[in-house]
Amino acid sequence: MDAQTLTYIFVGVSFAIYIGIAIWSRAGSTKEFYVAGGGVSPLANGMATAADWMSAASFISMAGIISFMGYDGSVFLMGWTGGFVLLALLLAPYLRKFGKFTVPDFIGDRYYSKTARFVAVFCALIVSFTYIAGQMRGVGVVFSRFLEVEIETGVIIGMVIVLFYAVLGGMKGITYTQVAQYCVLIFAFLVPAIFISFQATGNPIPMFGMGDTLASQPDTYMLDKLDGLSKELGFNEYTEGSKSMIDVLAITLALMVGTAGLPHVIVRFFTVKRVKDARKSAGYALLFIGILYITAPAVASFGKLNLIETVNQKDYAEMPEWFTTWEDLGLLAWTDKNADGKIQYLGKAKEGGDALTGIPAFQDSKRGESGQRLVTNPSENKNELYVDNDIMVMANPEIADLPNWVFALVAAGCLAAALSTAAGLLLVISSSVSHDLIKKMVYPKISDKGELIAARLSATGAVVIAGYFGINPPGFVAAVVALAFGLAAASFFPAIILGIFYKRMNKEGAVAGMIVGISLMLFYMLKFKFDFFGGGTKEDWWFGISPEGFGTVAMIFNFIVSIVISKFTAPPPADVQEMVENVRIPSGAKEASGH
Amino acid sequence: METNNKKQKHATAYWKENLKYLAILLPIWFIVSYGAGILFKDWLDQFQIGGFKLGFWFAQQGSIYVFIILIFVYVRLMNKLDKKYGFDK
Repeated sequence: MDAQTLTYIFVGVSFAIYIGIAIWSRAGSTKEFYVAGGGVSPLANGMATAADWMSAASFISMAGIISFMGYDGSVFLMGWTGGFVLLALLLAPYLRKFGKFTVPDFIGDRYYSKTARFVAVFCALIVSFTYIAGQMRGVGVVFSRFLEVEIETGVIIGMVIVLFYAVLGGMKGITYTQVAQYCVLIFAFLVPAIFISFQATGNPIPMFGMGDTLASQPDTYMLDKLDGLSKELGFNEYTEGSKSMIDVLAITLALMVGTAGLPHVIVRFFTVKRVKDARKSAGYALLFIGILYITAPAVASFGKLNLIETVNQKDYAEMPEWFTTWEDLGLLAWTDKNADGKIQYLGKAKEGGDALTGIPAFQDSKRGESGQRLVTNPSENKNELYVDNDIMVMANPEIADLPNWVFALVAAGCLAAALSTAAGLLLVISSSVSHDLIKKMVYPKISDKGELIAARLSATGAVVIAGYFGINPPGFVAAVVALAFGLAAASFFPAIILGIFYKRMNKEGAVAGMIVGISLMLFYMLKFKFDFFGGGTKEDWWFGISPEGFGTVAMIFNFIVSIVISKFTAPPPADVQEMVENVRIPSGAKEASGH
Repeated sequence: METNNKKQKHATAYWKENLKYLAILLPIWFIVSYGAGILFKDWLDQFQIGGFKLGFWFAQQGSIYVFIILIFVYVRLMNKLDKKYGFDK
């Protein structure tokens, strides 16, 4: 069967499963809608958290980014896994004991203040919307690449599917579809990785293959070969970095803390029965995530080696079929700067650099002498090859010449990753609106049934908005997704941690801290990413820290402001202090409730 | 009153031991990632395990293994602690 038909079958079957699960597990009450009834097993919750957490970016882009960044890509590996240690040790058990539906619930009650709750809702909405737009775009890209439909059509199909199971099933439906999606996505990620590792080194376990010798040169370690080739072509050695150490530290910490502060991740721990289940499910979650995260650097390094060996100094005419497929999609581009018909792939040390100024601008009225697509924006340096990050995972099956069904599997895996994350975020958005805003602030008398309707309506509204951004992506989506972590780190993390570990913490301190943290982060992001407030370049960064790492600085300011202000204002009332003591011990955890 | 007092004492002792565990586990979390993977990466790179330079291995593989182990160790410790103070019901 050809790849196209197989892809339709794989994607169709996986979608049918998701829809089937949604019908089977539809929610009948707000409790089922917000926290899946509160009886999810730790293993299932761990899997669901893993799928929720691993987005299109983890699945499609991360290996590619690491591939091109080498050691510097480690910030994502450590940053996006280390946060779960913080979650398990510092947040999840206590928030579960607290036993409400949402993060703003905790902030609002712990800081006995509507203002605090409102600030938390505002932060949750900003973080979730910046994140979800990227997911819908991911769905669209996958559809257009694998099923050859327009990106717009792809986004709409994705919207309908997510709408169906998120609106019908709420958290309950989402949880069990995410379990299925995890299985699909991890299988889809591992299968090509195993093939590729085996081809290159004879070792079928990718994470060990990465440290093994090459099958073709039994005396040479794969990574040494890659270091050597990278250096020869003028790139950094693969295992060396080029970012400053302080920036690597700051980015890693911002990603870790941001992970621990993301509302759609935290809320998953409200769905288990007991406090000990919350700890355990964080462990399972990281185990399931870790499987992908220790495989990704292997995929990255093998992919890079394959790419270099396939293209460098070869005639364009000799390129395999996948080269032109990806060229047609604009994810690869070659511009023959020295007119020799060969591809030169060069890094800075060999007068290379970015081959083009930005993404390829194609001029399609005619083809180049070798038959390549012509671009109108070549840069001055000698590098001739433009490669999009995303190509590493999506093209790997083709580059390694794997059977068609692997290709179809990867398509289904990409979609599972994007849809599961989108659904989790939608739930946070809808519960922020129906529970935190409507029930807790605007109209407290609303009945459970009424709230459920409100939750479903706001989920629908959120899907439509997310879909709109997916079809008309603001240019900044990609840039902003990484910054969502900074925003979460700068706003929620200190308020939650201090709320649990510092009994004296009061509302004045927490509100001021959150406002200072998120404002500082927004300011820095707007200044250095979007040229507001006079803009600025790398040289102007504060402490040499990039906007991606600035969440760390903003978080530290949040902590300082919170503590100092609370020292000079009245301590929290006795019942709140009692609540803190109660949160610290695991027994007597009631099932999550909204009252 | 008597039982209430006892419960209060238990809660305080439980919390203290919990904080002690955190004071042991979190430094390990820090050392394997920020320490071995970043701050001392260059120094560790002189050692090799298989084809991996050690610092690079910590940054891209080792830290993740340790993270997973840390959480499960904490789960075990806390389950025991819950039992010890009768908070497991």
